[in-house]
Amino acid sequence: MKAKIYVTLKPSVLDPQGKAIHHAVETIGYTGIADVRQGKFFEVTLDESLTVEAARAHIERMAQDVLTNPVIEDCRVELET
Amino acid sequence: MKFGVVVFPGSNCDHDTYHVISKVIGQPVEFIWHRQTSVNDCDAVLLPGGFSYGDYLRTGAIARFSPVMSAVKEFAANGGKVMGICNGFQILCEAGLLPGALMRNANLKFVCQHINMRVETTDTPFTALCQKGQVLSVPIAHGDGNYFCDTATLEELKGDNRIVFRYSNANGALTEGANPNGSLENIAGIVNRERNVMGLMPHPERASEELLGSNDGRIIFSSLAATLADLAKAS
Repeated sequence: MKAKIYVTLKPSVLDPQGKAIHHAVETIGYTGIADVRQGKFFEVTLDESLTVEAARAHIERMAQDVLTNPVIEDCRVELET
Repeated sequence: MKFGVVVFPGSNCDHDTYHVISKVIGQPVEFIWHRQTSVNDCDAVLLPGGFSYGDYLRTGAIARFSPVMSAVKEFAANGGKVMGICNGFQILCEAGLLPGALMRNANLKFVCQHINMRVETTDTPFTALCQKGQVLSVPIAHGDGNYFCDTATLEELKGDNRIVFRYSNANGALTEGANPNGSLENIAGIVNRERNVMGLMPHPERASEELLGSNDGRIIFSSLAATLADLAKAS
């Protein structure tokens, strides 16, 4: 079983890295880009000891507790069974 | 009175901080290894600057799970004085001992330079000997020092007089140009609600001796030592 965790900055938080990337891609000619926001992606492999429900609860808690700083970030978890 | 300096893997200002306490302030000090489960009999605990655990994931994010941090939290909950400098400030925020977060500098650069910071309150154990409005020249050296918190938290910090230092120019004016990292309202250091836990991005331990170009940072350590001496006398 694999879990994919996407950590993104809250919409209210400025993202200077995203802005720098936006500027760079425009400079080299990519047009039509309205905005770029940078985030983090984690791929977690689970062993087979957990049920799908337990794994989901487990990963969601881990994502909230460790992988995300709730002051500035949101997260989304996808489980691949 | 005894000071403790926590050593995480990747701390790199631990010896500077230790040196200032032992040689400049002249007080007993010991290192506290991150695997320790107690802060021993220390009266103040300092979290030094550096790059704990390589700053992987987020600055301070892994350090907060060190065994010693449970002890630091308990120490702080019992009124113990805790100061986090630079990476130490980042760890205190991640650990929830201080509100907010330190984000990537707005200009995306690692900034290493002397800055000026204005003392906003003397009502803390760390600034008790300062004058309100006093400007201290102290270096910064960080890539993630851009203080951020939500509006409600900011209002609370202001209402409770918990912003301890703000980046200013040499005359104490809070200008945009004096803000080296994009911090909200030029915030350089804050204190918790109980006023016994402070975090700041600038490095007072690197400006505590004339030889280093400024000894303005010394007053922060002297304030803490004076507070501890008063507490010892009172008990």
